Amino acid sequence: MVAIDQPMTGGKISLAHGGGGQLTDELISQCILPRLGNNILSDLLDSAIFPPLAAGEKPTLTIDSYVVQPLFFPGGDIGRLCVSGTVNDLAVCGARPLGIALSLILTEGLPKNTLEKVMDSIAATATEAGVKIVTGDTKVVGHAQGDGVYITTAGIGAISDYKLHPDLVEPGDAIIVSGNVADHGMAVMLARQMPQMQSSITSDVAPLNHMIAGLLKSTSGVVFLRDPTRGGLAGVCADLANRTGRHITLEEDSIPIDPRTRHVADMLGSDPLDVANEGKVVAVVRPGAVKAALAALHGDRHGLNARVIGHVDETGEGVCELHTTLGGRRILLKAYGEQLPRIC
Amino acid sequence: MNDSIQRLHAAAARLVRPVKFMEVCGTHTMSAFRSGLHSLMPANVTLLSGPGCPVCVTSQGDIDQLIDVARKPGVILCTYGDMIRVVGSAGSLEQARADGADVRVLYSSLDAVKLAAENPSRQVVFAAVGFETTTPASAAAVLHADKLFLSNFTILTSHKMVMPAMRALLSADDLQVDGFLCPGHVAVILGAAAFDPIASEYHKPCVIAGFEGAQIATALARLTEMMADGICRLENFYSQAVTEKGNVAAQELVARIFRPDASYWRGLALLPDSGLVLREQYRRYDARLRFQLGQPINREISGCLCGDVITGRATPADCRLFGSACTPARAIGPCMVSSEGTCQAWFKYKRVANRPSPSPRPSPGVPGEGEKFSAAAERNA
Amino acid sequence: MCLAVPARLVECRDDSAVADLHGNRVNISTMLLPTAKIGDWVLLHAGFAIQLISEQEAQETFGVISDLRAASGGAP
Repeated sequence: MVAIDQPMTGGKISLAHGGGGQLTDELISQCILPRLGNNILSDLLDSAIFPPLAAGEKPTLTIDSYVVQPLFFPGGDIGRLCVSGTVNDLAVCGARPLGIALSLILTEGLPKNTLEKVMDSIAATATEAGVKIVTGDTKVVGHAQGDGVYITTAGIGAISDYKLHPDLVEPGDAIIVSGNVADHGMAVMLARQMPQMQSSITSDVAPLNHMIAGLLKSTSGVVFLRDPTRGGLAGVCADLANRTGRHITLEEDSIPIDPRTRHVADMLGSDPLDVANEGKVVAVVRPGAVKAALAALHGDRHGLNARVIGHVDETGEGVCELHTTLGGRRILLKAYGEQLPRIC
Repeated sequence: MNDSIQRLHAAAARLVRPVKFMEVCGTHTMSAFRSGLHSLMPANVTLLSGPGCPVCVTSQGDIDQLIDVARKPGVILCTYGDMIRVVGSAGSLEQARADGADVRVLYSSLDAVKLAAENPSRQVVFAAVGFETTTPASAAAVLHADKLFLSNFTILTSHKMVMPAMRALLSADDLQVDGFLCPGHVAVILGAAAFDPIASEYHKPCVIAGFEGAQIATALARLTEMMADGICRLENFYSQAVTEKGNVAAQELVARIFRPDASYWRGLALLPDSGLVLREQYRRYDARLRFQLGQPINREISGCLCGDVITGRATPADCRLFGSACTPARAIGPCMVSSEGTCQAWFKYKRVANRPSPSPRPSPGVPGEGEKFSAAAERNA
Repeated sequence: MCLAVPARLVECRDDSAVADLHGNRVNISTMLLPTAKIGDWVLLHAGFAIQLISEQEAQETFGVISDLRAASGGAP
């Protein structure tokens, strides 16, 4: 479907760019390939073909979509987010990322310059993670149907025999978080809801596969990993307690939160435990493996502030409770609704 | 054990009978639960939540009018985040937005004035909700709009005042409350003296409290001590921010723009001089006038006990809708919608939420069925 | 009904100011606190300064000073 009567608004994406015809070729060859080019992608076959896996490895597959607004926020953008998110989903299952399939849905009228910046970011983050974008697709939709850029990424990884699963979680296991929580969600919320604020908070968005590989290499005592994205730390821990049927206790005083983030969260009525993270991992670790795990995390620039924040209890029903600063307890549940500025 | 908790238990040990205290501030409700204070209370001291959540006491009719206005073509409806999910007779502001209404959440009332100045062809309506801490912000917005000669800015007022509600509670025959925590930030504006009648006229001890868990605990400890010692006084435990007279500039600004009027409170019905309306010379900023909205119609929701809950006559557990038909995800009444509503606080912190029985566990190494979808679905920072 | 946090005023104009919250800077109104000046610590509610507080109170009562559980974001 090449819409011949669509004028090429120079510098802007038009419906014709998604039509599969010459303008699409032009978009790929000008905007996309130069930034992402690698031996698999450049073949431009309809499917990406991978070399065989190593003996004993199994393939894993994950998929996510990214619709973040605004597209660019302090510390990152939708491009960095989509690569990091998919790489991290593979990594927390113990997989090494092999390749990413990238699907772009662009809105008619999107400045080409914006697309180029997003592609630059995708390229840089992929390089950082050591992963290739191996295949992709681009579509363009009308103005009324979109907000600029929607991205879907599917990731393929190779998993060895390191077993990570909630069923392995046992009483006595330690809960570790790899660093400060709530930075990403607060940074994005401020960028969207309070553009008049000059925020000192930056998103933590980052690919964590190297850090996680180092962690899994340092000890065999890691039994479960999860990245606390939407729903935050509370969401992951509540889910884990629910899934395993175990009682989990988190220590409020141990949870690392940057004072800059906490101050703004207090101002707007957000609970940092409910806020999304895109560069953190929660690890459940056997008690004897905690020292090695922390050392491994501290040795990576994304894990400098890793802490033990809680443990799996011997008894109790399958909920996560916070042992508060005051010395009391409250149940952690997944939050309802978005974080928005409140008066009360 | 934290000092304030120790003090509370020491005082409770000296009581001759169980006591009940009430707070009248949504932020106190939330903070008491979030700090874990409820799990540390002595068995003979109960903390009830009163009509202190502005969302919860806003009448159904007012909420319906807000949503009605939001749906009018050309209107930009501006609100604090607290109101966005509250359900009226036909949906919420959030749902109206999904249907195409231009509803914007903002941090400051002045942002609404700015929007009006920047969009002269649109009608900007600001949802003026809240107690005395927030009322001055609405007054400032009206004054600012007036200085800019804006003809496209109006407010829909449902501002309420705390003391009239407290007087109504205190005058009720069946009141079973022995003492009160007074809202610290309302006191910042009004001054400590505003709460004096609680002790001097109604003979109930009261303590003005801050919002950290330890501050609330200390205030409760003091109330308990006063009960044990037979003292009945107003005491200010938030003197870091609360002075005797309060913020006079803010009070004067409010008095300039607004005047008291009867107001309908969910659970308390019509209370005289308990709400605020725009004074005559500022009535052109009244959305009800601009859009000819008429009197709000108040339909109580069948089975919803929010009214009794916020007056301490019932607990959420007494409501047959609680936790079944009415949950935070699918809220029927405002006490469940609002993040500092009593029902939502109870649901989150006092009970274990209903959860499906654990899914059958697949063998290790194979991704669990439910797990991957929840991760995949949630990426939308 | 009262989310308010301490903040320090780093700029002051007629009826507005810039408030600093650990390096986050936001424009706020001083219409309700006309005597506020640069360097003051205030209570901030919904974009308005509603009360002056002392720096010591800001640090102690409101825990504005980096609390023990807070992270520097740098070395562990």
